[in-house]
Amino acid sequence: MIRGTISSLAAAAVFTAVSMGAAQSAETVKIGAIAPKTGPLAGGATVTQWPNVRLWVERVNAEGGLDVGGDRMLIELIEYDDKTNPGEHIKLAQRLAERDKVDFVVAPYGTGFNIATAPIYGRYGYPMIAVSAITDKMEELTTRYPNLFFTLGTTTAFVEGVKEILVEKRDAGVIGDEIAMVNVADAFGIELSDVARELFTEAGFELVYDKSYPLGTPDLSPVMKGAKDSGAKAFVAWSYPPDSFGLAEQAIIENLDVAVYYSAVATSFPSFSEAYGGKIDNVLGAGGTNVDDPRIAEYRKAHEEVTGKVADYWASANTYAALQILQQAIEGAGTLDRDAVTQYIKDNSFDTVMGDLAFENNVSHTFWSVGQWQDGVFRGVKGSKVEGAVPVRVKDGWAE
Amino acid sequence: MKPPGHPELILAAAAAVAAAFLPMVVNNYWLGIGVDAMMYVALATSWALFSGPTRHISLATGAFFGVGGFLVGTGMSDHQAPFWAMAALSAFVGAILAALIGIATLRLSGVYFVIFTLGLAEMIRNLVSWVQNNFLGSRGLYVLTDFRDQHLYWMLLAVASSVYLLGWIVNRSRLGFALRVIGDDETVARHVGIDTAAAKVILFTTTGFFASLVGAIIAPRWSYIEPNQVFSPQLSFFVVIMALLGGAGRLWAPIVGVIPFLLIWNWVDASFPKQSILFLGLAFLLIVYVLPNGFVGRIEQLRDRMRGAGG
Repeated sequence: MIRGTISSLAAAAVFTAVSMGAAQSAETVKIGAIAPKTGPLAGGATVTQWPNVRLWVERVNAEGGLDVGGDRMLIELIEYDDKTNPGEHIKLAQRLAERDKVDFVVAPYGTGFNIATAPIYGRYGYPMIAVSAITDKMEELTTRYPNLFFTLGTTTAFVEGVKEILVEKRDAGVIGDEIAMVNVADAFGIELSDVARELFTEAGFELVYDKSYPLGTPDLSPVMKGAKDSGAKAFVAWSYPPDSFGLAEQAIIENLDVAVYYSAVATSFPSFSEAYGGKIDNVLGAGGTNVDDPRIAEYRKAHEEVTGKVADYWASANTYAALQILQQAIEGAGTLDRDAVTQYIKDNSFDTVMGDLAFENNVSHTFWSVGQWQDGVFRGVKGSKVEGAVPVRVKDGWAE
Repeated sequence: MKPPGHPELILAAAAAVAAAFLPMVVNNYWLGIGVDAMMYVALATSWALFSGPTRHISLATGAFFGVGGFLVGTGMSDHQAPFWAMAALSAFVGAILAALIGIATLRLSGVYFVIFTLGLAEMIRNLVSWVQNNFLGSRGLYVLTDFRDQHLYWMLLAVASSVYLLGWIVNRSRLGFALRVIGDDETVARHVGIDTAAAKVILFTTTGFFASLVGAIIAPRWSYIEPNQVFSPQLSFFVVIMALLGGAGRLWAPIVGVIPFLLIWNWVDASFPKQSILFLGLAFLLIVYVLPNGFVGRIEQLRDRMRGAGG
């Protein structure tokens, strides 16, 4: 129901944008955006990707548009639903470039989609500032596709963040050497658990429970029972949106007795806290943000006002920052020439909601890796080149 | 279904040669649609090779297609294998898989076979995820090549042409005759001494071979392979709809279904994104009520009627 209303709003916004475009076609910049509105990744994209695209377009246009070499140009957004289908996405990307002839694009949502479209967008010279794409192959990919930029960190960085916390808590005597680890059997979950197995063992931990479950499994109760029976004081789950919720629910039911509880993607979603309230206090998850930073606070307020939704506590800010970079690069280069804008992105640093952000060989190292729910707010506890990390608290039961 | 003659073969060869020039005359957007169309032409023709004469509706195309894409991904990403070797291997694995499945299930008939093939893609997807998780330990499967759309288009055209040629030969052979008898009445076929199981398994194997090969060729276009995306049930349905829309009775008929369907689908998808599944349903209804033998069957029926009126 809510999603329906929002998508019809979005549709109305596109319609308005298109009809406005017809009236002042000389002064618009066409920006194309393709991401899932339906299919398995739609849940994540409608939280992290689409609201930020809308917010950005609305704010830029409210200020009179982009300043391109002294001319004010309104943004005309052209958006498509890829249905979480790579074949569909590729076709639409070609449509954006060839038929709609957009000036710039918003990078897709999801690792696979960014990699699949990189050759197409590369051919047309579109700079792609990827956010929701995490891989350990950045060097190879950015060498192959010099127009592709990464901003959300690497697989290894995410595991490193968790490892640091585990080591700290072991040194403090809160947990022992035993860890219970589970993962979703999908590319991202498998990749993370692979890296984790190596790094955790290296740090002297023992995986007393190590299980995977299929994507979309409805019953996580055996997984959690197994973790509980292992007796480990630390629980780590490399999980996805539906199962991050399912695992928390089972942990509450089983009253899982751990001092460290971590689940990966979607733990940072506001709906996670709405679903379980105070019970999930001190739960750790992928991402994080610094809500006390005035720029973040201002951004979160605007996000809620314009989109009607609370921004998630992780990639939302990165997504918005990526759009700010595109904006500042177009304005800084003072042209719609894509090669000039791409070069500008490589050579400059940008003032974004995530702070000052610059690229080193097309990769930005400004990101949060681990956050924690602390009294209803998901705060960053581990990150790279970010300020405002708070100390990690110990999980103490699942009572409200 | 009558066996096709030499004029048809010459016509098909001319059409294939003409199609090879498409990348020279259209822009990248239409070439992209051309790759899609050629992919479905190859899949729908190979589907019709088996399902046309035997009238067994198979929804396993997505499973074989997925196996092809996944094998290319694993080979190139984890073992630095060359694309060509993996594409060849995919086709053979697809064929072996189809043969095994055929031996186990082709005694099923009617709706039981349909349901089984529908579940197959899901089963293989989970199996692949399980293997990847427990034994291979993947880091995401990257298929990075220098192929561009025109290269993939030509490869798919070659596959589609091979499928057609094979079908043409089969239809003129004893095997083709046996399959037509099976399609008309399987009991009669058995009574006249046709080894129905063997005939069906052979044809099903070729379907698996070609569908896996097409999946392998498409993998470089996706660049990044996830089992949860490459095993798509939608693909199986698309192939069936396109083949039936053209008419499964003639080997070249699916082509007549693929092109209008894709053009309308692209238009519906861009104009009414939320209603696209509704359109799929309408297409099914249209086939069942108006075009039970597809466009080609309808045209032939009209032609016969006009001849009847004239004579």
